[in-house]
Amino acid sequence: MTGFAPQAVRTLGRHGVLLALVALILFGWARYDNFLGSFNVLSVLRYNAMFALVALGMCYVIMTGGIDLSVGSTAALGSVVAALASPYGPVAGLLAGVAAGLVIGVINAVVIVRLNILPFIATLATMLAASGCALLLADNQSVSVSYESGFVDLGQGDLFGFPVPAWIAASLFLAGSVALNFTAWGRAVLAVGGNEDATRLMGLPVDRVKASVYILSGGLAGLAGVILAAQFGAGQPIEGVGWELFAIASVVVGGTLLTGGVGSVGSTLAGVLLLGLIFNILNFENGLGSISLSAYWQSVVRGAFLLLVVIIQARLMTRSTGHA
Amino acid sequence: MAELVAPAEGGRSLRRPEWRTFLSRYGSVVALALLLVFNLAFTPNFATWQTVNVNLTQVCAIVIVAVGMTLVIATGGIDLSVGSLMAIAGALAPLIFLGHVIPLPHPMVGVVLAFIVPVLVAGAFGWFNGWLITRFKIQPIIATLVLFIAGRGIAQVLTNGNLQVFNLPEFQFIGLGRVFRVPFQAVLMGVIVAAAAWMLRRTVFGRQILALGGNERAARLSGVQVGTVKRQVYMISGLLSGVAGLIVIARNSAADANLVGLGMELDAIAAVAVGGTLLTGGRATVVGTLLGALIIQLVRYTLLANGVPDAAALLVKAVIIVLAVWLQRQSQS
Repeated sequence: MTGFAPQAVRTLGRHGVLLALVALILFGWARYDNFLGSFNVLSVLRYNAMFALVALGMCYVIMTGGIDLSVGSTAALGSVVAALASPYGPVAGLLAGVAAGLVIGVINAVVIVRLNILPFIATLATMLAASGCALLLADNQSVSVSYESGFVDLGQGDLFGFPVPAWIAASLFLAGSVALNFTAWGRAVLAVGGNEDATRLMGLPVDRVKASVYILSGGLAGLAGVILAAQFGAGQPIEGVGWELFAIASVVVGGTLLTGGVGSVGSTLAGVLLLGLIFNILNFENGLGSISLSAYWQSVVRGAFLLLVVIIQARLMTRSTGHA
Repeated sequence: MAELVAPAEGGRSLRRPEWRTFLSRYGSVVALALLLVFNLAFTPNFATWQTVNVNLTQVCAIVIVAVGMTLVIATGGIDLSVGSLMAIAGALAPLIFLGHVIPLPHPMVGVVLAFIVPVLVAGAFGWFNGWLITRFKIQPIIATLVLFIAGRGIAQVLTNGNLQVFNLPEFQFIGLGRVFRVPFQAVLMGVIVAAAAWMLRRTVFGRQILALGGNERAARLSGVQVGTVKRQVYMISGLLSGVAGLIVIARNSAADANLVGLGMELDAIAAVAVGGTLLTGGRATVVGTLLGALIIQLVRYTLLANGVPDAAALLVKAVIIVLAVWLQRQSQS
C-alpha cells in the first residue's frame, strides 16, 4: 500500500486534469453551436500558444523545486526586441526575441546558482529589470512590427491549415516531453526537485541542471514574446503582467507539485488549455444571450477552479500519506 | 534594526569579517543615510516639507501592506493576494458610501461603514487564505494565488469594471487629511509600524510567529497553536491590505478595480527583503521593512529628480533587491 498509494494519486492527478478538459469540451460541444468549429478551435490554439510556452518553461523550473516570476516581463522584453528586429525578417525577429529571453534566463541562473539567492527573490528582481529594459528599449510605448518582412506570419500565419504559433508550441511540448521522460537531463531535473542534497551526493551536476531550467524558461518566455509581437503586430513593453502567476496556476492545475520532483509536461498543456477554455466558454455563454457575464467573471471562475483543484490535490495527498 | 529576534544569533557573528556583519545589520540605515546626504548635496529643493510629504505619501500604502507581509513571511509563508484584497476594499467602500449597497439614513453612517466593512471583508478573505493553508496544508504561494486571481475579478464584478469617482472629504481624510501638517496616512503608517514592531518583540503572539517560522514542528511540540497563529497572521495581512486599499482610493478620489493595488504584492515583498527579514521565516524586523520601503522609494525619487527615466529606476531597484539579500546571506553563512 505504501508504495502504491502515491503512484495511484499521481496517476489520478494526471488523468484528473485530462478528464476535466474532456468534460469541459463535451459541455461546450453540447451547449454551443460552432464550439468545435475550426474557427473557434484554431483561434483558441493560436491565442493560447504563447501562454503554453511560458507554462512549459515554468513547469521545468517548478519540477526542480524553484519558481520563475520573471517570465511575464521577459515575454514583454522579447516582444519589444523581436519587434525592433522584425524589419530584418522573421528569422532575425525570432532569434532576437529568444536571445533576449535567454539573457534574462542566464542572469536568473547566475543569481540563483552562484549567488545562492532564493529563486523567488532572484526572479522577482529580474522581473523588474526585464520590465525596465523593455520600457527603455521601447521608449515607453508599443513598438510596431514590420509588416513587409513576413515577421507577422510567426503569429498570424498558418501552415498546413494549422496556426504557426500552435505548431511551435506543439513541437516544443513534444520535444519537452521526450526530454523529460527519455533523457538523463530529464531524470536529473526530477531528481533535483525530489531531493537536492541526495542528487548532489549521487554526483549529478545539480548546479548545471538548475541553471539549465532557468535559461530554458527565459528562452521560452522570449519565444512567447516573439509570438505576442507577431500576433498583435506590436512589441508591447507593458504586456505580460501576471503571466507568471497564470503559468504557475496552469502547472499546478496540471498536477505538478510545487515542492518539485514530480510533474508532467503533457498535463501542464492540459492545464493551460483548461484555463484558456474557461474564457472561451464564458464568451460563448454571453453569445447565447441568456445571461450576461462580463469578462471580469473569467478571473473569478479561474480562481475558483484553481481552488477546487488544489483542494482535491491536497485531500488526495493527505490520504496517501495517511496510509504511509 | 535592533529588533532582530533570532533565537540563535549571538556567538557565531564573532567569526565573520567585521564589515560584513556591520553591513548586514546596519546596511539599510547606512544606505538610507547615504541617500539622504546625496540628495541634500545634489537634488535641488530636497530639504523641503513638500519633498518629505511627497515621499511619505508614495510609501504609506506599501509600508502598511508590507507590515502584514513581514508577519506572513516571518511564519515562513507568503501572501500574493494583498493587491487583489486592496482592490476589493477599494471597490466596496465607494459602493457603501454612495449608497449602492444599502440605503443610508445619514451620510456619516455611510462613511463609518465604508471604513469598517471593506477592511473587515479584506480581513475575512485573509483569514480564508490562512484557512486554506492550515486546513488543507496547501503551500502559501498557491493558496494565496487563488485570491490573487479571483480577488481582482471579484472587485471588477462588484463595480462592473467601472471607475467610481467621488468627492467626500470625510472619507478621504484617510488619504488626504493632515494632522499638524503631517499627512494622516503617514501617522497611520507610523502607528501600525510601531504596534506591529511592539507586537513582534514583546507579546506572546509575536514570539509564537517567530517560533513557528523558525521551526514549525518544534513550535507545535512546545504548545504553540500553529494553525490559529497562522490564520491570525494571514487575517492581519488581509486587514492591513484593506486599510491600504482605502488610502489609495481616498488619495485618488476614485476607485478603479483594475488598478488599485496592482503589483502591490511585489512592492511589499521587495520592501520586506531589502529590510532584512529572513525570507524563509523565523527572523523578522518590522522597522527594517519600513526602512526597506523608504530606501526603495528614495532611490526612485533620487533618480527621477536627477533626470533618470522611471524605467531605468526599475533596473536599479532590481539591483538593490539582489544586493540586499546577497549581503544578508553573506552574514548568515
